[in-house]
Amino acid sequence: MSVMTMVKAINNALDIKLKEDDGVVVYGEDVGVEGGVFRVTEGLQKKYGVERVFDSPLAESGIVGTALGMAVSGLRPIVELQFEGFTYPAFNQIASNVSRMQNRSRGKYTVPMVIRFPYGGGINALEHHSDSPEALYAHIPGLKVVIPSTPYDAKGLLISAIESNDPVVFMEPKRIYRAVKQEVPDEKYSLPLGKAKVIHDGSDVTVVAFGALIRECQKAIAMAEEAGISVELIDLRTIYPIDRETIRNSVRKTGRMVVVAEAHESFSVGSELIAIANEEAFLYLEAPPRRVMGFDTIVPLAQGEPYFIISPERIFYEIEKTFNF
Amino acid sequence: MSQNDLPAIFRDFNPLEDKMLSLIDNDGHVINQKYMPALDDDVIVNAYKQMHYERIADEMAISYQRQGRMYTYTPNLGQEAIHIAAGMHIREEDWLVPAFREMGTLLAKGVTMKEMFLFYLGNEHGGSFLNANHTLPIAISIGTQLHHATGIGYSVKYRKRNEAVFTFIGDGGTSEGDFSEALNFAGVWQVPVVFTIQNNQYAISVPVRSQTKSVNLAVKSVAFGIPGIKVDGNDFFAMYLAYQTAAVYALSGKGPVLIEALTYRLGAHTTSDDPTKYRKKEEETEWGLTDPLMRLRRYMEKKGIWNIDVEKLTEEYKQEINGQFLEAEKNKGYPHDDMFDHMFTDMPDDLRRQRAQYEEFLSWKENRR
Repeated sequence: MSVMTMVKAINNALDIKLKEDDGVVVYGEDVGVEGGVFRVTEGLQKKYGVERVFDSPLAESGIVGTALGMAVSGLRPIVELQFEGFTYPAFNQIASNVSRMQNRSRGKYTVPMVIRFPYGGGINALEHHSDSPEALYAHIPGLKVVIPSTPYDAKGLLISAIESNDPVVFMEPKRIYRAVKQEVPDEKYSLPLGKAKVIHDGSDVTVVAFGALIRECQKAIAMAEEAGISVELIDLRTIYPIDRETIRNSVRKTGRMVVVAEAHESFSVGSELIAIANEEAFLYLEAPPRRVMGFDTIVPLAQGEPYFIISPERIFYEIEKTFNF
Repeated sequence: MSQNDLPAIFRDFNPLEDKMLSLIDNDGHVINQKYMPALDDDVIVNAYKQMHYERIADEMAISYQRQGRMYTYTPNLGQEAIHIAAGMHIREEDWLVPAFREMGTLLAKGVTMKEMFLFYLGNEHGGSFLNANHTLPIAISIGTQLHHATGIGYSVKYRKRNEAVFTFIGDGGTSEGDFSEALNFAGVWQVPVVFTIQNNQYAISVPVRSQTKSVNLAVKSVAFGIPGIKVDGNDFFAMYLAYQTAAVYALSGKGPVLIEALTYRLGAHTTSDDPTKYRKKEEETEWGLTDPLMRLRRYMEKKGIWNIDVEKLTEEYKQEINGQFLEAEKNKGYPHDDMFDHMFTDMPDDLRRQRAQYEEFLSWKENRR
């Protein structure tokens, strides 16, 4: 066991896979010499050489498109896109090819690749550095979308993502890259994709969240418990495929659901979760499921960002409202 | 890349000077003896037959589409010299990353007309090219395939495999960002990729002069530090030499090559397109004089090696191709499972649920009759 931040845990997962599989290559902008702008790949080039861990030219479509070529020809590329706001130049490759090559070739080619990028607000950043585009990627058929909320999960989920024979979009909540430290096993382990985790049992309200918002929810739950409301907290961990069963079981038990996520509310993962609550637990519902989510606005720059960022108070406010409906 | 490392044709036909590699004229006269490849007669005869086969197959495909027996098709008419010359240099272990107008090259790689027809009949199994080794499916999203070729080039180089990657794009595709990005990545990585631009003068209706102010398309290689050459794409011998040189260059580990093959799309963009809306009959007639089959035939006649009974060969090919079409047409079964089965290597529960719900509907419908 070692105490690790999420940055360290992801680095450790990459290290383990680079070591055990010489088909794994890691590249992107600044990931080689510098170790990435968040230092996630720090030290890996020194350890595994410039053929396996390297700086690519600055072009996201090229990074993702070439990775697809590597994946269909026997490698397992892991590419880093520097920020979520810079993934859009690669969108065509992802939506038109990465997600489709297996289907298009009727299984002749599989696409074992991982596209990693940091996402989410709360770091007082410039424009294009605070978005939460998980719904954009989860909506594309043929992709898996994974978001860890702890260093432990980040390592186990990333190892599964790398070992998956399907393309995985691995979104890293940059706000908690270094904010949380945790004991993480040094050896290899993996966590299944497509499985949510109940991280706090409760009986009155189900809260579903993921990524950096899990921490905020935990603070809100402490406030709710003081107010006598028992909250069950589910960490989605994988956005697609979504874990219907865990949602179903929890909402049938509590009869209430609050979704907490930073992405724009409309047409979001929150919308999907409410659809699941309706489809799977309609007759159990005691209150309309609610979303505590980002507005359908551009995430403001630092001075305005506090309005946008979802605080524990706001989560508690919505939990209480749902409970008292 | 030092000029001295370059094969002579790249120096002698410098795209910056807008020179073009051309070896025979429209009448089949040799115009550049120095570079004329020394090919055995039977190799030439066989190349002509392959070009003829592609043309007949193409005409028949258009006809099936017109009869309402096949969906949208992308004709190859007029570009056969490029396809067959490329196919002659792509070995079993080499990679083919096509766009969507390289039928003769796909056939040379082991794709069958039955598969091509099945694809254009609307079945993905036709387009998977299952038995053609190292051959990617047709790429319809313009330009994206060049990145895949570059990535494959990286794999090949990383694994130290003796394989080259051949990829294609059209003149319109050179305006896409992925074109420039891919040449740039391939140049930086020095991967064994042979890029071909089939400059057939039109991107659907838009002429090449509306795509670029560059003097030609091969010249775009200069900015990326890779060798480029403009070649007469309707001259089989010029294309043969270009691919022979490019394949050797790529396999020697020196990096990528860009070939601009100057040609003309004698047919429509697809069977849904009507070229009379955007180009003149005179232009088509003029380009028709450069027809690659006619040029090669005239060369062969002059050399005294023309021994092909075209009518007989055509009849033979038609029968064989029609047989393949009928085979493809017979394939009526498209089980709905096919839609779900190939999305992931392990099917997510949500796809199983959606399929089950659809099957419930189907059995309800069945019982209702």
